Amino acid sequence: MSRLKSIFQQTWQNLYLAAILIFLYAPIATMMVLSFNSSKSRTQWGGFSLQWYRDMFASRNIMAALQNTLLIAFLSALIATVIGLAACIAINSMRTVPKAVIMGITNIPMLNADIVTGISLMLAFIAFGISLGFKTVLIAHITFNIPYVILSIMPKLKQTSRATYEAAMDLGAGPIYAFFKIVFPDILPGVLSGFLLAFTMSLDDFIITHFTRGAGINTLSTLIYSEVRRGIRPSMYALSTMIFLIVLSLLIISNFAPKKKEQI
Amino acid sequence: MNKLLRKNLLAGPYLFWSLGFILIPLLLIVYYGFTDREGSFTLSNILSIMTPEHRKSLWLALELSFVSTVICLVLAYPLAMVLRNRGMGRGSFIVFIFILPMWMNFLLRTMAWQTLLEKNGVINGLLAALRLPPQGLINTSGAIILGMVYNFLPFMVLPIYNVLCKIDDDTINAARDLGANFMQTLFLVWLPLSIPGIISGITMVFVPALTTFVISNLLGGSKILLIGNVIEQEFTRGGNWHLGAGLSLVLMIFILISMALIAKYDKNGEGSAF
Repeated sequence: MSRLKSIFQQTWQNLYLAAILIFLYAPIATMMVLSFNSSKSRTQWGGFSLQWYRDMFASRNIMAALQNTLLIAFLSALIATVIGLAACIAINSMRTVPKAVIMGITNIPMLNADIVTGISLMLAFIAFGISLGFKTVLIAHITFNIPYVILSIMPKLKQTSRATYEAAMDLGAGPIYAFFKIVFPDILPGVLSGFLLAFTMSLDDFIITHFTRGAGINTLSTLIYSEVRRGIRPSMYALSTMIFLIVLSLLIISNFAPKKKEQI
Repeated sequence: MNKLLRKNLLAGPYLFWSLGFILIPLLLIVYYGFTDREGSFTLSNILSIMTPEHRKSLWLALELSFVSTVICLVLAYPLAMVLRNRGMGRGSFIVFIFILPMWMNFLLRTMAWQTLLEKNGVINGLLAALRLPPQGLINTSGAIILGMVYNFLPFMVLPIYNVLCKIDDDTINAARDLGANFMQTLFLVWLPLSIPGIISGITMVFVPALTTFVISNLLGGSKILLIGNVIEQEFTRGGNWHLGAGLSLVLMIFILISMALIAKYDKNGEGSAF
């Protein structure tokens, strides 16, 4: 009886998981299928075609936006990682009160609504006399990326032992040499996942870019937004399929990459 | 001491950065919110939330984001429970699959729903194939709620799942051994122990849903204005920045309330998603 009940429960649970999966992935799958549809219609299958992918690669707007997006994602993630790593080292050896203040500030961009962050940055750039464009988008992305980097590195840094670092210093290593030889290898996974997290966050952002970009430049997100409001073209489906696959592979690499032996 | 000071200098770039690009920008919103175009002090930007059209858009935003948050919670909690009971670790592939859409560009996700819901979209195409009359699905409040639930569901699943994983099996078994039925275990053991995750999930859904202008723009058409749309238009269509900043300050009240809730119920960051 109770076995029957547990089988029943199991089935019900599987159905629930499947239903949510369908809800989550059906829209994305639809776009992927439509990206290969040679007919422009959303309801008629006109045969398999790579036409929309050719359109996408031929479009100068899309390619320029892609270049901006990747460049901003890479640079903002890199700069945020450097600034964040330096900040983590300092924060880790601070006393409780300044530590709490800095971590409080770090939380602001994460908890604040994107629309408020975007507007506030736009007002600041105009007040500072920086004209909106590539530079301002980059600065904005670095700003919202640093907290993710700090939150990725901090836990790893807390786990490292001070003793080995001090031992290295006692044995004559300078602080910088000791840091890169002793501490850095231990926190490297945190640094890398912080970088990747920042990279994906930057790829994903629309709202903050929307307010800080000015008129001249587009990232993929802002390009999609302006295109979609005029009516979706199938090359947008090709683009989303590409982005989905890129993000998917990035995430699989960062989550399931074979890890070297676990640090104890 | 000197060494410590030198080490603290490493935080310099970050402190400089957060002063220039986090704190000063926020102060600027406050400044704009409380001044008019001539730069003299006024409360009219803040009080304009009381005008009928602004009040309506704020109320609609609150209503839609409340409904979507409740739907997300109702969908996510059982999902998180099933995932946890299957004993799938944090890094497992199944859990990853449910969290993955969170990292997808959310414009693309919203565009996907537009494709499905449009007048000559996929769903109406399917209905026509079944000889059913087409439905007006897009440009409704329902479409906006759907878009919100779809976009923000993973943000509810992840924190709840994280706290549920920390509940010891023995605690659940003890409740069962003492004769509690499923409902009693749920309400007396599961729910109270997962409050940090629930609160964190609620804020992670409610705040972006309340402040969105993209979902309402793409799925709600131009007739349905949420408070986010009103603010966005003040800033991008050459409107009144002071008014927009004043309305953002009103929005920030709700953000602050949710920050305070997190600080109260999730002191150790247990329910945080990252």
